[in-house]
Amino acid sequence: MDFALMLTSIPDLLRGSIITFELVGLSMLLGMILAVPLALMRVSHRLWFFVPSYAYIFFFRGTPLLVQIFLVYYGLSQFDQIKGSMLWPFLREPYWCAIIAFTLNTAAYTGEILRGAILAIPHGQIEAAKAMGMSRFLLLRRIIAPQALVLALPGYSNELILLLKGSALASTITLLELTGITRKIIAETYKPFELFLLAACIYVLITFVLTRIFNWVEHHYTAYRRPPEEMEAQG
Amino acid sequence: MFDLYGFGDLLLAGTWMTIRLILSILVFGLVLGMIGAGAKLSRFRVLNLMAEVFTSIVRGIPELILILGIYFGGTVAINNLLSALGYDGYLEINPFAAGVVALGTAYGAYATDVFRVSIQSIPKGQVEAARAMGMPGTLIFRRIVLPQVWVVALPALGNLFLVSQKDSALVSVIGLQEIMRASAFAVRYTKKPFTFYLVAAFIYLGLAVVTTVGIQYFEKRTGRGLRRE
Repeated sequence: MDFALMLTSIPDLLRGSIITFELVGLSMLLGMILAVPLALMRVSHRLWFFVPSYAYIFFFRGTPLLVQIFLVYYGLSQFDQIKGSMLWPFLREPYWCAIIAFTLNTAAYTGEILRGAILAIPHGQIEAAKAMGMSRFLLLRRIIAPQALVLALPGYSNELILLLKGSALASTITLLELTGITRKIIAETYKPFELFLLAACIYVLITFVLTRIFNWVEHHYTAYRRPPEEMEAQG
Repeated sequence: MFDLYGFGDLLLAGTWMTIRLILSILVFGLVLGMIGAGAKLSRFRVLNLMAEVFTSIVRGIPELILILGIYFGGTVAINNLLSALGYDGYLEINPFAAGVVALGTAYGAYATDVFRVSIQSIPKGQVEAARAMGMPGTLIFRRIVLPQVWVVALPALGNLFLVSQKDSALVSVIGLQEIMRASAFAVRYTKKPFTFYLVAAFIYLGLAVVTTVGIQYFEKRTGRGLRRE
């Protein structure tokens, strides 16, 4: 074991982790924005809402993330119209391709989680709100969203960890995030065992912290489910 | 239909390789998951702790790191060991074996908790009754526990298998000639990346559909003795 190399590589790997955070953070936000309409379309009874969202979710959940990244990064260059378009400076960059692929992928998973959460809300509540004359948007904002978002939390924290682990695939399109930097240092030093071990430790640490944060958030937003004595005991 | 530019056979061979790979991962992972569940439910605290550490660490490591780490790290470790033993050849781990061990370990870590929960769902009285009848431990496991665990665990194990199928694409990174590698080869010659990666995507979708149908069939079959509410 080359501990000296492990120690000197830590700053580089931490710099890589920042890119990993950027990838995960941006894809998570953009994915959430895309997931909300997807989930709403998926629970709709109208065929032209339901079918496209179903097909989208089916495709992105049924195919490997690696294929999706390659389709965006290598695949789009097959079309001259795209190469000639204004978007090409972005679509040429591995960074944006990774973000596009991760966003499309996580949106499908998140959409399915949100759909489950929406369907878990007792139907009587929605009927009651309608009977009170609430508009569709008000119903969504006051009744469905606050409850569905809390119900979706455990599934969403799992999805976020899968996204974090998936972000390692960005290294296959030459991006120097945590895994990419690790592979680059290995190519220079040929010490795969030490460096993959170090990278694995960093990933496990990030996963651990993320899980803790989500558990705390979930605990905070599910206070209404606990008996009142317990809340008083906590102050 | 897509024009496959004469690469159809290569993709078919790649698909066959992927199928062999994922079935090996499944077997490796199921055995590991059983052992893990046994360790988690064991009377010995050391085994509980070891299994707990194993599952929580493996779940936090990206599958790509597991594959690369076992392939490259394993090769270096084996060669160091061999040269320490006085053998001076160079050995390389087979990418198929590295893929099976890496993804099988990931499958096993998730399957451990699936088996643990399923075993715990079996009423304790049944095991006590079997013991009172004088059944030995292995017979209790085979006749009472296993057939019921199977029913409870099957849906979750099936979902994990679908995840492994998709993760199997990552083994292309260490050079195994499966679907992704075959597609990348075709892309190099035809310069049609979108076409071939889309074909690869649809092969994976096809595999997922077949697996889903298969799981549903098994669920129905294993659950036929169960009362449905």
